[in-house]
Amino acid sequence: MRVPLDWLSEYCAPALSATELAAALALTGTEVERVEHHGVATPDGFVVGHVLEATKHPDADRLRVCVVEIGDGEPRQIVCGAPNVAAGLTVAVAQPGSVMPDGTRLKKAKLRGQESHGMILSERELAISAEHDGIMVLPGTPAPGTPLAEVIPIGTDVLVLEITPNRPDCLGIYGVAREVHAATGAPLAPEPWAEDPGSLGPLAGVEITNAAGPELNPRFTARIFGGVRVGPSPIWLKARLMAAGMRPISNVVDITNYVMLVTGQPMHAFDLDRVAGRRLNVRRARAGETVETLDGQARTLDPDIVLIEDADGPTSIAGVMGGARSEVSETTSTVLAEVATWNGPNIHETALKLALNSEAASRNAKGLAPEQTLWAQALATRMFRELTGATVSPGTLDLGGDGPAPAKIALRTARIAALLGTEVPRERAAEVLDALGFTTAATPEGLAVTVPPVRRTDVTREVDLIEEIARLAVLGDLPATLPRRSGSGALSARQRLRRRAADLLAGAGLSEVVGWSFAAPDQNARLRLADPAVTLANPMSADHSRLRTTLLGSVLDVAAHNRAQGAERIAIFEMGAVYRPERIAPRAEDVHALALLTGPVRTPTWREPAPPPADVFAAKGVAEVLLDGLGIAWELVPGQALATLHPTRSAVVQVNGHRVGFLAEVHPEVAAAWDLGPGPVAVAAINLDALALPETRQARDLTSFPSLREDLAVVLPDTVSAAELLAVIGAAAGPLLHSADVFDVYRDSARLGAGRYSVAVRLHFRASDRTLTNEEVAVKRGRIIAAVADQLEGTIRA
Amino acid sequence: MIDAITELRDAGLARIAAAQTSAELEQLRIALLGRKAELPNLLRGVAELPPEQRGPVGRAANEARGALEAALETAGARIAAAELEARLLSDRIDITLPADPLPRPGRLHLLTQVRREIEDVFIGLGFRIEEGPEIESVYFNFDALNHDPTHPARLESDTFYLSELPGAPEEMAGRLLLRTHTSPMQVRAMLATPPPIAIIVPGRVYRRDSDVTHTPQFHQIEGLVVAEDITLADLKGTLLAFSRAIFGPDREIRLRPHFFPFTEPSVEVDVSCFNCDHGRLADDSRCPLCKGTTWIEILGAGMVDPNVLGHVTANGYDPERHQGFAFGMGIERIAMLKHGIGDLRLLYDNDLRFLEQF
Ligand SMILES: [Zn+2]
Repeated sequence: MRVPLDWLSEYCAPALSATELAAALALTGTEVERVEHHGVATPDGFVVGHVLEATKHPDADRLRVCVVEIGDGEPRQIVCGAPNVAAGLTVAVAQPGSVMPDGTRLKKAKLRGQESHGMILSERELAISAEHDGIMVLPGTPAPGTPLAEVIPIGTDVLVLEITPNRPDCLGIYGVAREVHAATGAPLAPEPWAEDPGSLGPLAGVEITNAAGPELNPRFTARIFGGVRVGPSPIWLKARLMAAGMRPISNVVDITNYVMLVTGQPMHAFDLDRVAGRRLNVRRARAGETVETLDGQARTLDPDIVLIEDADGPTSIAGVMGGARSEVSETTSTVLAEVATWNGPNIHETALKLALNSEAASRNAKGLAPEQTLWAQALATRMFRELTGATVSPGTLDLGGDGPAPAKIALRTARIAALLGTEVPRERAAEVLDALGFTTAATPEGLAVTVPPVRRTDVTREVDLIEEIARLAVLGDLPATLPRRSGSGALSARQRLRRRAADLLAGAGLSEVVGWSFAAPDQNARLRLADPAVTLANPMSADHSRLRTTLLGSVLDVAAHNRAQGAERIAIFEMGAVYRPERIAPRAEDVHALALLTGPVRTPTWREPAPPPADVFAAKGVAEVLLDGLGIAWELVPGQALATLHPTRSAVVQVNGHRVGFLAEVHPEVAAAWDLGPGPVAVAAINLDALALPETRQARDLTSFPSLREDLAVVLPDTVSAAELLAVIGAAAGPLLHSADVFDVYRDSARLGAGRYSVAVRLHFRASDRTLTNEEVAVKRGRIIAAVADQLEGTIRA
Repeated sequence: MIDAITELRDAGLARIAAAQTSAELEQLRIALLGRKAELPNLLRGVAELPPEQRGPVGRAANEARGALEAALETAGARIAAAELEARLLSDRIDITLPADPLPRPGRLHLLTQVRREIEDVFIGLGFRIEEGPEIESVYFNFDALNHDPTHPARLESDTFYLSELPGAPEEMAGRLLLRTHTSPMQVRAMLATPPPIAIIVPGRVYRRDSDVTHTPQFHQIEGLVVAEDITLADLKGTLLAFSRAIFGPDREIRLRPHFFPFTEPSVEVDVSCFNCDHGRLADDSRCPLCKGTTWIEILGAGMVDPNVLGHVTANGYDPERHQGFAFGMGIERIAMLKHGIGDLRLLYDNDLRFLEQF
């Protein structure tokens, strides 16, 4: 909302600059978007002039050479192109050196050979209206040389405010003035609608009914103005409208806009002679019904839209925009002034549906107080009389009447201190509330407060009053204290596990990325997955119309982005939620971790220019870092964990027999679909929320007695895996076997025989209560060799 | 005989003195003192000498042997030192070549770093951390937070709604949406924990908005403290401690009145600018961070509206007896302010060149 300061100062004029006032408002709860200047910035050089002569330019038909007195007895020659310039007119003159509203600085000029010492101004050149067909003729008879700013408003600062939805009372300049009064203490002028030249009681000459009901149309008021002379508005009125961001049109329309800008209450002027049957009815539209609005467009309506009809059908969309048929024109002589209260949300929906965001609609959408209608009628009546020569018909048509009786709230002084943490004396509280238009009376506990109608919906409870006091009397120097509590803060075990997981992955050289929760509809298909996804009803784009069911998509996206940017080696992980339709629940979505490595497994260096590519064993390394680091025992089950993955370079990761993730290479075709590859793309994923929290480790004695080391090289059929070998070794060796690790794999069919390979295993034996003897270990070794031979057809390689 | 021994000894000593390498020295040891060498052979022949000669010859031979052994040892040490010197010299490398790097640690995403930093501040202030679902019900996201039934944030133009989802649990009845703030956890947490409560809720939230300062998904941290005696001044003190921990010990904060449906009174909180001197940079240009105002808006807050407490009376919250504050901040905004990031979308491009600088 635009608030021109010279207009505001008619009601409240604190001795503050525009910026100081903006700061004062910002600190008391009125959001100031910016401070602007409208019109002339520095009034120097703008003066009143008398045209002494105006003769045709010798060399240009359209130009006139004028002699203009500007007060110093030395008339200037000014060349002017306006058709209406004539000797005897009092005009606005900008002398050379003045700065125009658009920022240009005037210079002496020669037009077709004739010197011009300045410019005779049109309204548009002064940003007073859009009028530029002729020069502006000043009202009255100001003396030449009078500074122009003393005669007409030519420039003002403008506060651009953002009014929060709870304060529709500030959608009018007088409401803002009341805020300024409360915030600064500067006196507040009486309400400009305080004196009503009109009257209440029945109104003859029009019949109005409300078939939409009081829910959609709580109040409808109308007055009739006869003998209206339509014409241009006075300069001061045009200047105010322009500064407030509205274009002057005609005195009748300008009055309705002016009244709205002062009171916050929109109004509409019908040409009563064009209201068919001289009757209006408010009703819901019928589906498909159309109305032609003031902007010349035919609008198609639906039953949630409220319209106003006359005997010939719809004439306007209630609260949003008037209709073309009963629009005020130059020939209008009788005006029906409609001021009504509408259902805010309903108007909001209508304005959205029709994409009609007028000043009126945006105010009606906030839900105004029914009492405001009569404010607008009173002010409009005065202005119609003064500016159009109208006479007001007796009476006011009023369907609906005032809103509910004002609320009375008990405000306890002790409660203010208890909530805010600082004392506010009763007198100060009363002062603040009185300034805001509340009525207060002292009570033993504090104050009895009566709420003004415009604050009816916003202030209903004691706490709402405390907010008013807080913003105007407390926030500025509120003390800073800490809560008196004995709580202790800590991460939960689950939160610690997540942090540890991220630290482990980052510590292992992977950089964390944060992808989108959104996914494209075909993402799962591209990943060869059939999982159903949660679908958004109103996505911002088709590409973001699903929620991800896996982190694979977003991590592949990030990898592809970085590969496209030239990154050869990519080592990243994401930790984030996935969304599964069957897991909608009060508790948070499962958090997964997914790591991806592609390109060289290590950063190439001058000593190792070509490290091997990261493949499924890099993925396994990630799983080890993560799960071993978390202290979680896990096992690996070879096999394709997802169709996304390489069929033979993939394994499921299990904990306690339950699947918690996978490690694999991405299927080469999937990798290619993301423009990754041709080398392997290794991935490892763990559902962190599927992991039980690791138990507290109990100490074992690993140092009092030495362990004995034994190496075994076993030649096995190709079909036997290393894991199977280790399992057989473990079972045969029994509890004294501390560890068994593969340290070499060797293939040579010439030496080992076709279909056989060699695996070398390092065994450590230990007991916690004694030093093992070579003989004990030899027995174990013998059992292992027998078991390997027996169960795996394995032989020991010498 | 003795002359022969002396001759052998002197010749041996001369050769030892001339030896240059440990291999040469080893050959000398064999030649002079080995099983086939002359001196040991002479010693073996001593027994065949006449008795009166045995003593002097044996002594002379032993002396010669001792002298040779000592000389070998000395020469050995000399040669080893020389050889070490030579090896160390030949070990010379170009130490200015790049390192053999240890695996370089990766980076936590800036959002994670900032989130943890904020979490740790509040843990220190006695807060617990709660998490909640991103797929929420209209009840928790709007109704229970005192949003008017016609509040514009409920519109499809502002909030992501889910398509019909069969089988959602009863507690999530009605239309489902992507939470627009972390505030629904205020109500969920109070339903789970009786008063007093002090929590923060970090998490991902969604709004239909996309430009330089808005992405349709972003992250917030919600704060909630409710007990019998929590005041607006306590909110200020808590956020002052937070601001100083995050933005520096000299920071001040100010509370500006604002409007939020679920707090009353509501405030926006500004922190004093840490980037400028009275709104100006060193070159006297206007500070871009605070736009010359010396204050930067960092979050919204307020006293929990009694209507919100009215939704959790079943768990012991009494709007007449309990009161407290709530606040909500954007992690992205804190990260951008703190690290001078101009375009929010950089945080979601995940370009490693960008991410790995933090
Ligand atoms: Zn600054």
